[in-house]
Amino acid sequence: MSQAAGTYPDPVINLETERYWAGAREGVLLLKKCKACDVTHFYPRAVCPHCLSGDTEWYAASGKGRIYTFSVMRRVATPFAIAYVTLDEGVTMMTNIVECDLDGIAIGQQVEVTFRKTEGGHALPVFRPCGRSAP
Amino acid sequence: MQRRSKAYIAGAFEHPTRKAIDKTVPQLHAEVALGALQDAGLTKDDVDGYFCAGDAPGLGGIAMAEYMGLDLRHIDSTETGGSSYVVHVGHAAEAIAAGKCSVALVTLAGRPRAEGVATLGARNYGGGVPDVGFELPYGPVITNLYAMAAMRHMHEYGTTSEQLAWIKVAASHHAQHNERAVLRDVVTVEDVLNSPMIADPLHRLDCCVISDGGGALVLVKAEIAKAIGSRCVKVLGHGEAVKHLNGGKVDLTCTGAVKSGPIAFAEAGLTQTDIDYVSIYDSFTITVLETLEDLGFCEKGRGGPFVSDGNLISGVGKLPFNTDGGGLCNNHPNNRGGMTKVIEAVRQLRGEAHPKVQVPDCTFALAHGTGGSIGTRMGSATVILGRNDA
Repeated sequence: MSQAAGTYPDPVINLETERYWAGAREGVLLLKKCKACDVTHFYPRAVCPHCLSGDTEWYAASGKGRIYTFSVMRRVATPFAIAYVTLDEGVTMMTNIVECDLDGIAIGQQVEVTFRKTEGGHALPVFRPCGRSAP
Repeated sequence: MQRRSKAYIAGAFEHPTRKAIDKTVPQLHAEVALGALQDAGLTKDDVDGYFCAGDAPGLGGIAMAEYMGLDLRHIDSTETGGSSYVVHVGHAAEAIAAGKCSVALVTLAGRPRAEGVATLGARNYGGGVPDVGFELPYGPVITNLYAMAAMRHMHEYGTTSEQLAWIKVAASHHAQHNERAVLRDVVTVEDVLNSPMIADPLHRLDCCVISDGGGALVLVKAEIAKAIGSRCVKVLGHGEAVKHLNGGKVDLTCTGAVKSGPIAFAEAGLTQTDIDYVSIYDSFTITVLETLEDLGFCEKGRGGPFVSDGNLISGVGKLPFNTDGGGLCNNHPNNRGGMTKVIEAVRQLRGEAHPKVQVPDCTFALAHGTGGSIGTRMGSATVILGRNDA
């Protein structure tokens, strides 16, 4: 990725995931839940990794979560923060933390989803710190 | 008491090169194969089983069998990243025990340094891989993936950069005696902390070297081992596991060693206190710390204090590790460190490690491999080896 230039590579999209990326372009973070076992999984797929049921459905996430872990990549022209964020829905996803002082990022910090345009016009979910108070 | 062993490691060879500008990958495979066979006193015509992983070019084991002129009746190309070769030791022992082969050859080779492979780019395993779309755009690099594990471990257990640095310090104490090591200078905790930050909290000296070369092992059945003699090393136990992101239930503070370790110890009938020497995959300092905890050498979360104050230095601490200098200082051929872990364990059990780092009366050794990326998508493999008379 190259946040400095404001460009992100396009995601690889396939039949299983095109709805996720369509949602992102509309500014919505979509998740997949299994109708058989009622558990949300990530990354979204056609088949539930918890019970192998093919009966899965999309729903809109709250877009809120907390930083599980992160690392600031320093050995690049413009440092950036990679992270795993645990969403309020219970799943943890890889992302970038943006719109903040990279030296102020902390595990447990409350974040919310926002979106960045990719090179080919897709939208990529990233997260920024938000005002919710720490638990 | 003489312990039963399914199979014996009769030959082990580490390629002397660290930068193979003038050699191809198949050529390196053949050179390490020859080295290990000569070490065992065997020839390629004795080989009837072959084990290789994703570093074997073309059609993998088939292409390499043709290149080396092997006549096989058993083949296994299990691919679990850098842990593959530790898995292969276990699989070869099983195949020999089952009578599927008598002489098993395992090879690893590569030349990332000659090819100018950089580690600051994200690894792209291709568009057909289901996780790629959800990760690659965020800039995951092998270093920041391991760094995120270290960051979380620090958060949960209070592990410090100073404690991680002790792992590199111990490796450097060993590497000073290895004339082939990429990095031979003894470093201090301060040296590690003062080296450039790559990805918080991992400094340059928390990372392993990039090197070319490879290694090979030859495993044989008991009758052949008896004829070869006392340099043959027993394979007493092995365990393997795969750990992944589990549908979004992520835990980066532990590794697949939580599973592979107990399986290997149970099969060997040994416990942690029986082990005289360990080879622990050391792609980064955090890899060693989490693995030692998960293998039960200390309580979970206490890896930091455990590795501190030279506890991993041969002749100084209680658990000598990676006496060749490991991947952190000596060699990390093709970014796959499992092979060299087994090779140094064999040297220790033969009493053939460098005299300055040889563990006295080394009877039992453990070698552990890690593949993929720690905590996220990884293979783990543990073997427990015994001296010929163990």
